[in-house]
Amino acid sequence: MPDWAKEIRAAIAALNLEPMHEAELVEELSQHLRDRYDEMLAGGTDPNAAYGSLLQELNDGALVSGLKASLQAARPPVPLGKDENAGILAGIWSDLRFGSRLLQKNPGFAVVAILSLALGIGANTTIFQLLDAVRMRTLPVKDPQRLARVKIVDSPHCCHGDFYSPDSDLTGALWNSLRQQQQGFSRIAAWAPARRNLGQGGEARYANTLMVSGEFFDVLGVQPLLGRLLSPADDYRGCGAQGAVLSYTFWQREFGGRPEALGSKLTLNGQPFQIIGVTQANFYGVDVGQNFDVAIPICSEPVFSTKGSLMDGPAEWWIATIGRLKPGWTIERASTQLAAISPAVFAATLPGEYDAIEKKDYLAFRLGALPAATGVSGLRHDYEDPLWLLLALSGLVLLIACANLANLMLARASVRQREMALRLTLGASRSRLIRQLLAESLLLAALGTIAGAALAQILSRVLVAFLSTHDNQIFVELTPDWRVLGFATALAILTCVLFGLVPAMQASRTDPGVVMKTGRGLTASRDRFLLRRALVVSQIALSLVLLTGAFLFVRTFRNLMTEDAGFVQDHLLVVDFDFSPLKLPPASQMAYKQELLARMQSIPGVSSAAETLVVPLNHSGWDDNIDIPNGPQRQDVTLSRVSPGYFRTMETPLLAGRDFNQTDTPNSPRVAIVNEAFTRKFLGGANALGRFFTDSGKPDQTYQIVGLVKNTKYYTLREDDLPIAFVSFTQANGPQEDSQLMIRSDEPLASLISSIKHTANDINPSLVLTFSVLKTQIREGLLREQLMATLSGFFGALATILAMVGLYGVISYMVVRRRNEIGVRMALGASRNDILVMVLREAAILLGIGLVTGTALALAAGTAAASMLYGLKPRDPLTLGAAITGMIIVALLASLLPAQRAATVHPMEALREE
Amino acid sequence: MPCGSLKAFLRIDPANLCLTFTRIAVPYVAMKHIAAPVDRELKKGSAELLILSLVEHRARHGYEISKLIDERSDGVLKFNVASFYPLLYRLEKRGWIAGRWVEKAGQRRRRYYRLTSDGKQILKTQRATWLDFVNAIHRITEAENA
Repeated sequence: MPDWAKEIRAAIAALNLEPMHEAELVEELSQHLRDRYDEMLAGGTDPNAAYGSLLQELNDGALVSGLKASLQAARPPVPLGKDENAGILAGIWSDLRFGSRLLQKNPGFAVVAILSLALGIGANTTIFQLLDAVRMRTLPVKDPQRLARVKIVDSPHCCHGDFYSPDSDLTGALWNSLRQQQQGFSRIAAWAPARRNLGQGGEARYANTLMVSGEFFDVLGVQPLLGRLLSPADDYRGCGAQGAVLSYTFWQREFGGRPEALGSKLTLNGQPFQIIGVTQANFYGVDVGQNFDVAIPICSEPVFSTKGSLMDGPAEWWIATIGRLKPGWTIERASTQLAAISPAVFAATLPGEYDAIEKKDYLAFRLGALPAATGVSGLRHDYEDPLWLLLALSGLVLLIACANLANLMLARASVRQREMALRLTLGASRSRLIRQLLAESLLLAALGTIAGAALAQILSRVLVAFLSTHDNQIFVELTPDWRVLGFATALAILTCVLFGLVPAMQASRTDPGVVMKTGRGLTASRDRFLLRRALVVSQIALSLVLLTGAFLFVRTFRNLMTEDAGFVQDHLLVVDFDFSPLKLPPASQMAYKQELLARMQSIPGVSSAAETLVVPLNHSGWDDNIDIPNGPQRQDVTLSRVSPGYFRTMETPLLAGRDFNQTDTPNSPRVAIVNEAFTRKFLGGANALGRFFTDSGKPDQTYQIVGLVKNTKYYTLREDDLPIAFVSFTQANGPQEDSQLMIRSDEPLASLISSIKHTANDINPSLVLTFSVLKTQIREGLLREQLMATLSGFFGALATILAMVGLYGVISYMVVRRRNEIGVRMALGASRNDILVMVLREAAILLGIGLVTGTALALAAGTAAASMLYGLKPRDPLTLGAAITGMIIVALLASLLPAQRAATVHPMEALREE
Repeated sequence: MPCGSLKAFLRIDPANLCLTFTRIAVPYVAMKHIAAPVDRELKKGSAELLILSLVEHRARHGYEISKLIDERSDGVLKFNVASFYPLLYRLEKRGWIAGRWVEKAGQRRRRYYRLTSDGKQILKTQRATWLDFVNAIHRITEAENA
C-alpha cells in the first residue's frame, strides 16, 4: 500500500500550515486517496497505474493553489517564555472570557465565592454608607465648606441655666450681642429645634419644628420649591404666629403634595400659622439624622409660652447658630475675632440671678467658631464610635472570607498545575499566567462587589429602621455617593489582590518539566501547603478576635438589660399632660396639677400614680450646687421634684424616714429625700435623717432631709450611682403648664391609655397628652448596645463558620495528601485511633497557633472597645475563655469528619495509589 | 412519477433518475463537442450546489460526497482530490458546511461534513438560480428544435 501521507505531506509542504492543521489535512486526503486506490484496484486497474494516476492528481499543482486560498499559513513560532503581544492589557478580554467560562463550569465554587464576598463587602459597604451619611456627607446646601457655627469653647465650667436641646449653644442675649459684634460672617443665623403639637387636645401628634431667624435660608443658600422661604422681613420682635415653611416630606405627608397647601393654616400647639412655602426635596435642615417638618420665625417663640420669651431669659440656653464666612476669612480667623469680643459680650449679657461663682465662670467663657459643613448630629454623637468599630469588625470578616477564598484558589491551582505547565511550555510568560489567574479573581471580586453593593442598599435601610424609635425617627441620605462607590471599588480591588495574587504567583511557579514528566500534576508543593496552613491559622486568629468581641458586647448588653435601676420598670406608663392650651392663671396651675394627679389616681386599674419633673433614664435632668453645713461646699448634686407617692409608684424602697405628704406645703420648712449615694458622698455615710443642705448661693433655700431611699439610676443605666436629692411638688410655687405622671397599672396598655384619655377628656378636651411606656423608653436608650451586640454577634458567628470551613478544607486536603502515608502506617500496624489522633493533632497545632495569635490580637484590640463595655473589662478572662472554648469546639467539629475519613482508609487501596 | 418536473433532477430521488439523465444528458451531449473550458465552467459553477445538496439531509465525509457525485452523474461529473478538497474547505471557511472528526467503532476516524443554517439559505438560493438557468436554456433549445 502506498504511503499516501508521505506523498501528501510532500505535496503540501509549500503551504507551511500549522502542524496540527497539516496533520488533519494529510489524514483526510490520505483516506480519500486510499479509498480511491482501493476502488481503482477493485475495478481492475493495475496498482502501478492506479498509483501513478493518483500521484499525478496530487502533484499537478492544482491542490496547492486551491488550498492556498482557503487555508491559513502557520504563524512564526513564538520563542519559549515570550508573549506574542507585549502589551500589558493585550488579551485581557480573552482572559476574562476564559475566567467566566471556568466559573460557569464550576457553579458551586462560584456561588460560594461570590456569596462570601458579597456578605463581606456588603457588610463593609453598609457600615461605611452609614458613616458617610452621618459623618462625612456635607449638607445639601450651597458651598457647605464656608459654613461655620459659633459656640462657647475651651470653657470647662460652661454653663449654668436651662437647656432646651442638645444643640443649645447660646442664650437669646448672647445671640443678639454676637449678631452685632461678629465680623467674620457675611451672614449668620440662629435656629432652635422644638416639637410642637399638630393636634388640638387629646393624644399629641408632634411635628419637628425649627425656629429660625430671618437669614437662615439665605445663609444656607437654599431655594424654595413652592412659594417663598422666611426672610429677615418675617423676623421681628413681637411678630406672633406668622408664616411657616414646610419641608417637602411633611408637605407630601400632611398635604398630599398639593400646591393648594400654600396659604392654608397649620396649627402648632394651638397657634395658627400660614403656610408660605415649601423647601426642596433634598433639604432636611442642619441636623443630620433628623428631618425638620416646619420652619417658623424665631420671633414666634413667645406665642407658645405664658412665661415670657426665651429670648429674654438670661440663663435660657436654647439657640444654635450657623453662618457663612466672609470671602477670605477662615474658621481660625473668625475664632480669633470671636475670642477677642468674648469678654465684652459676656460682660454685657451676665445673668443677674447667678451667684458669685457662676458669674465668675460666665465672665471667663469664650466664643469660638467650628466647622459646620456636615451640620450637627445627635446621631453622629451617639453612633460614630460604634460605627467605626463595626467597620473594623466587618473588615476582619472580609479578611477571613478572603483567606477562605485564597485557600480555595490555592486548591484549584493545585488541580490546574498541568494546565499551567502546558501554558508555560507553549510560550506563556509567568506574568501572563499571573494576569490570567488575576483576571479570574477580578471577575469574582467584581461580581461579589456588585452583589455586596446591592445588599448594602437593603442592609443600610434595615439598619436605619433598627435605629429609629417611635419618638425618634431617623432620616439619613442613603443614596450612594462617590465616596461609597469608591469604597466599594477599592474593596473589590483589595479583595482581588488579597485572595488572588498569592495563589496566582504560586501557580505560576510551576516547573513545567517536572509536572509534564510526572504526568499527574496533582501534588502541591510544600510551599503551597504551608501557605494554606498559614491562611487557616490567620482565619482562626481573626475569628477569635471577632468571637471575643461578640461575647463582650453581648454580655455588655445583657448586663445593662439586667441592671438594677433602683425601681421596677414593668407596668409603668409615662403620661405627659400639657395644659398650656387651657391658659390657666399662673397662681392656679399648681393646684390644677394636684387635681389632675388625684383624678388619674382614681382611675380603676391604676395601682398608683405620682408626678415627677424628671423621668428616670430619659437622658435629661436637673442638677445644681449645694452646700452642706460644716461640710463640703458647692457640691454638684442631681435633683428631681416628685409628688407624694412617687417612691411607692416606682417601687423604690424607702430605707428610712418618710415620704413627702400634704403637710409639706410651700409655707412649711423645705424638706428633701436623698439616696444612699448622697449620704455616702456628702455625709460620710452617717444617718442622713434630720441633716440639712442649702442651695449654693441661696442660703435661704435650706432643706431638711426627712427620708432615705435606695439608689436609683438617673440619666443612663451605665452611670455610677449619682447622689440624688428629691424635693416635693407640694412645696413648689410653679408656675408650670405641664405634668409628667408615672402611672403604675397591671391593666393592658391599650385599655389603660383609653381610660386615661377618657378621664382627661372629661377634665378638659383641650388637654394634650403624650404616652410612652417606661420600659420601652429605657430599652430604646440601649439601642447602641443592642446594635453592637447584634452586629458583632452576627460577625462573630459568620467568622467562626468561615474559619470552620477553612480548617475543614485544609485538614481534608492534608488527609488526601497523606493518604499513601496513612496506608503505610496502617499496614505497619497503626490502629484507627492512632490515625485519628494523627489528624487531630495536625488540626490542634493549627488551632493552637491560631489561638495564641488570636488571644494576643484580642487583648490588644480590646482596648478600642473599652468605653463601650459595661460590667466587664476588655481583658475579661471569662469572655476570652468562652471564645477560646467556642473555637476549640468549632475546630473539633471541622476536623472530625476528615479525621474519621482518614481512619477508615483501606491500607491496600491507599498503597495501590503509589 | 412522470419525468415532467425539472426540479426533480436536483433531488436525490431514484424515481427521477430518468429525468436527471434526460435533462442533464441532453445539454451534456449537445455540448460535448464544444470546447472543454465551457464544460469546466459548468462543473465549477454547479459543484457548490452539488456538495451542499448532498449534505443537506445527512452528514457525509469527503470521499463519500465525491463518489456520490460521480455515481449519480454516471461519471459525467468527476472531481479529483486536487479540485474537490479545496472546494470543500472553501465552503467550510464560508460557514456553509461544518466539518467534524467522527470515530466509529472498528473504523478509522473520518471527517464528516454537514450543512449549516447559512448553507441551507445558500442552497435554497442556488437551487432557484439553477432552476431559472436550466429553464431558460430549455426554452431556448426547445424553441430551436420546435
